[in-house]
Amino acid sequence: MSTTHDFPAGAPVRDGAGQPAAVAPASPSGRRRLRNPSLWLTALPLAVIAAWAIVPEWFTAYSPFDGVPSENFRAPDAHHLFGTDHLGRDVFTRVVFGTRQTLLTAGLAVVIGLVAGTIIGLIAATAGRVADSAAMRLVDVLLAVPGFLISLVIVTAFSPGPISLGIGIGIASVASFARVVRSEVLRVRNLDFVEASFLNGGTYRSVVVRHILPNASGPVLALLAVDLGAAILAISGLGFLGFGAPPPTPEWGLLIAEGRQYLGTAWWLTTLPGVVIVLTVVLLAALGRQLLKTFRI
Amino acid sequence: MNTSEPATHPERDPLLVIEGLEIVYGHGPTATTAVNDADLTIRRGEIVAVVGESGSGKSTLVKSIIGLLPAAARRTAGSVMLGDTNLTDASERDLERLRGVRISLVPQDPGASLDPVKTIGSQVAEVFRLHPDGPRRSRAEVRADVVRLLTLVGIDRPEERLKQYPHELSGGLKQRVLIAIAFSLQPDLLIADEPTSALDVTVQARILDIFERLAREFGTAVIFVTHDLAVATDHAVRIVVMHRGRIVEDRPVGDILAAPEQDYTVRLLREASPHRLPAEPRPGLELDRTSATPAIEVTGLTRDFSRAGEVHRAVDDVSFSIAAGTTFALVGESGSGKSTTARLILRLLDPGAGQIRVHGDDVTTATRRQKRELWRNLQLVYQNPDSALDPRLPIRDIVGEPLLNYRIGSRAERARRVGELFEQVDLAPGFASKRPHELSGGQRQRVAIARALALGARTLVLDEALSALDVLTQAQILDLLRSLQDSLGLTYLFISHDLHVVERISTTVGVMRQGKLLETGATAQVFGSPATEYTQLLLAANPGHRLRQQTPLSSRLHALSAT
Amino acid sequence: MARYLAHRVGQAILVVWLAYTLVFLAVQLLPSDPVTIFLTADSAVDQAAIDTMKSQYGYDQPLLVQYLNQLVGVLSGNFGYSLASGQSVLDRISGVAGSTVALAGSAFIVAGLMAVIVVAAATLTRSAILRRVLVNLPPLLAAVPVFWLGLVLLDLLSIRWGVMSLFPDGSVLSLAIPVLVLAAVVSAPLAQVLLKSMNQVYDQPFIDVLRAKGASRSWIFFRHALKNAAGPALTVMGITVGTLFAGSVITETVFARSGLGSVVLTAVTTQDVPLVQGLVLLTASVFVVVNLVVDLLYPLLDPRILKSNGQGAPRALTA
Repeated sequence: MSTTHDFPAGAPVRDGAGQPAAVAPASPSGRRRLRNPSLWLTALPLAVIAAWAIVPEWFTAYSPFDGVPSENFRAPDAHHLFGTDHLGRDVFTRVVFGTRQTLLTAGLAVVIGLVAGTIIGLIAATAGRVADSAAMRLVDVLLAVPGFLISLVIVTAFSPGPISLGIGIGIASVASFARVVRSEVLRVRNLDFVEASFLNGGTYRSVVVRHILPNASGPVLALLAVDLGAAILAISGLGFLGFGAPPPTPEWGLLIAEGRQYLGTAWWLTTLPGVVIVLTVVLLAALGRQLLKTFRI
Repeated sequence: MNTSEPATHPERDPLLVIEGLEIVYGHGPTATTAVNDADLTIRRGEIVAVVGESGSGKSTLVKSIIGLLPAAARRTAGSVMLGDTNLTDASERDLERLRGVRISLVPQDPGASLDPVKTIGSQVAEVFRLHPDGPRRSRAEVRADVVRLLTLVGIDRPEERLKQYPHELSGGLKQRVLIAIAFSLQPDLLIADEPTSALDVTVQARILDIFERLAREFGTAVIFVTHDLAVATDHAVRIVVMHRGRIVEDRPVGDILAAPEQDYTVRLLREASPHRLPAEPRPGLELDRTSATPAIEVTGLTRDFSRAGEVHRAVDDVSFSIAAGTTFALVGESGSGKSTTARLILRLLDPGAGQIRVHGDDVTTATRRQKRELWRNLQLVYQNPDSALDPRLPIRDIVGEPLLNYRIGSRAERARRVGELFEQVDLAPGFASKRPHELSGGQRQRVAIARALALGARTLVLDEALSALDVLTQAQILDLLRSLQDSLGLTYLFISHDLHVVERISTTVGVMRQGKLLETGATAQVFGSPATEYTQLLLAANPGHRLRQQTPLSSRLHALSAT
Repeated sequence: MARYLAHRVGQAILVVWLAYTLVFLAVQLLPSDPVTIFLTADSAVDQAAIDTMKSQYGYDQPLLVQYLNQLVGVLSGNFGYSLASGQSVLDRISGVAGSTVALAGSAFIVAGLMAVIVVAAATLTRSAILRRVLVNLPPLLAAVPVFWLGLVLLDLLSIRWGVMSLFPDGSVLSLAIPVLVLAAVVSAPLAQVLLKSMNQVYDQPFIDVLRAKGASRSWIFFRHALKNAAGPALTVMGITVGTLFAGSVITETVFARSGLGSVVLTAVTTQDVPLVQGLVLLTASVFVVVNLVVDLLYPLLDPRILKSNGQGAPRALTA
């Protein structure tokens, strides 16, 4: 659609030298872009979830480990938002306390993916054709082996546990980071202003630091949020299968697995922790979209 | 498009009647009115040009006729009648029956206007399948019709083309296919939105001829939108001038040329009319030129590119020299090698053979360090100011970046120099903290020029630097370039496909085709008595013939511009 | 075309070989050899037993010999032997793989259909509200853990409403629900990518030209837009094979189906490294083959692919 050619009306006829550019409805820039309300609408609940991980005791009066056996299998009510489990433990408390385990593991995975992926992507995009195809074949291999299996291999070789899990999922996410970083760097480095910077005496380092990385960062930042969500899903899946933190450590996937035995008697044991997972991942994906909108040029 | 005919046909019925049309983009406080109270009548078989700059609402106006407004746009008042049919009230289904049959469209950008994954044949035949009126036709009959249509628009080997995909065709051929589609059901009204602005000038001329011929043959009325008044005067019977969403003038071509009513039209005409520089450059520069070594001297420059195993010679034994303080224009159509030549001189590409001297220094095999020195004196201004400026940086940092890179001066000194540069390119200091997207196209190009001058470059390469701008903005940047040349003694290597602009700025000119430099010489000489057939062809294809014939008017316009 | 084909096949073989090598190297990085890990998983075993088993499985050979032996084995279709049962990996798998392939295969197809239906409805509907709902459905589904969705459905269908048995009994519902659960989750990224590329297609001028020809919305969608937008979705479909594998294992666990899932879980819990190694290679091969098929289908969708070799404006980056 060639709307760009004819919109908005009332563009300046005079290219006003010295005349203020009160034309194009200024699309927000820089810090002003951060004043986007939808960005904060997604970031705020995520901040609350992050707070669960840091100071869980602020959010609940119960203990995550010690229950009141006489009060087991209570359906959700005002006292027990998510009900209680077979030992009379408050499920909401266990979800809140489980956040730390889940987020730490997911964080470990994402950091591995980001760091290794950025290095591989940058090398692929800037270090010549041979390096590029070598890096891309490596990425192909990483893609070919499902992340789920990479995690399982690591869990088999070492022992089940959050660290093995985080490393496994992290390795699996290297491929997507490497691909995004590579394609973004390639896109940006072909823009005129990058060449112009070289023409104006820029060195490789100054151009990468001043122009390429900042302009390529938007999609990477977005992927970071989305990948954190994907890692949470993968962790909870593997936790459900019993390869994560051992019980009685509260962890989101494990909580659901434990509740599975009481599917008939206490629906809330599986359903409500699951809702928290879904909400968190949805919010992270939305945050990713907002970040992309905000920072992509 | 038939200039010999009398201007209008009052005896004919009105075909299209637009009354009080108003179209608004967006809602609430951010809403902008793109078309304001527009009245327009088109008669059967009439060819009307709608001209105006980008943002004047011309595209919106014609798109509203065929009901192809973008989602953000709404009609808020007025009516559009095609014969007895009220198009503004018509249902989507009614419009679908009308489109392609009574109204059709030739789009702006032929490159992206055909479905890339379908064959040419199926896309032309599609019109018949969409509107299967009359007796059912066999596959062979449809095929024969398609071949006939392709022949009609001058496509060679039509049988072969049927199975080809759009990416296998040149831009000109794609536009012919689109014209074939538009005329296939012999519509009453054809809407053409900048139908040739994406094409080379020789292709443009041929396409417009086909247009004219078919419109006359089928009695189709044509509304074509263009930013180029020269094209409009050459091909339309009537011209509608739009400015800020309003129709400011709507009269036969002859009348508009003889006596433009609106100031705005006068300015547009002035910029569209040919004015040549005197054969001799301005006297003030004379001394400088004779004493100094040439700013750029190129001999036997050659460069090959290999693409999928095939070697293609992009630049072929090119030699020329540019005297310091003058402007040399390289003209040619896309793919002629002019931009590659510029990039070789800038040493952004390595030459295959030949020698490049810039300000007397041989830079043919410059090392990385020597290139950095070269670029202090030789700078580039890009075609598209949108992509040439880092969108994340404030203008101040963009203009000051070269100073920072070469570690010139203290922070305060650099700030002072940036202020000076702002002044030189006529940018208000208030822009310093703004970012590129807050500026208009012309302002952005000023920023790019300021950056190019930051280190005191003596020669600028202007690679289609005006092509992305509106006519009036072009004129202002041209003025700026001229005054910078006078005050700083700059040399320009001016790359352009637009002969109009070239004849207004260049001292000497070189014509390129298929990598070869066909001829060089003083602008007036090359344009006045071209030595090669190709240059003659190029000049003949250059629109604005009617404007040139109106010499008394042009001189009057010059007088006007002087005041 | 022949060049494109040779290039893609060559690349696929290279990736399988690289995957094999990387897995082999990863096994060497383990704290000790697979046999020791396997036998010491539960209790202490004497060194003699370990040595006997090591020589049985060839782990006492020099590394290069092991590498080449295993490579020859893989090339001839032998993916190694399980430490726990002594069965060959292929035998161990072939007995149960059928049920998993049926689950994953039908989910794959259903997922593709679901994605197309959602995107078609979102694009063609005139109701702004419906469009909003449909557009937001894939991102929501993408956030749903497959095991949770399965459990919630089990809870509702088997326990609450009693229309389905808790264990597979061959009824239509007990066959269909696992497939639907898996397909729903797998279709989410497909639909997201398809929607995105659909939006890009609709931004192109040729859509306007089609409308100007008098084409209706559904004509444009089914005869033009879908084929144009299918490419990226097809690519994602190829990559989905991994997700599909993980999802199958989990779905089988949730619905108590037999299949590869149980083999995988036993292999991991008993730390049966050769079995896991064989599984990894097998899945990687399946992945590569599926993606090769995708690559070979691509030119049928978009004829430009074959021509895009070495295109691009000549611009060097001075760095």
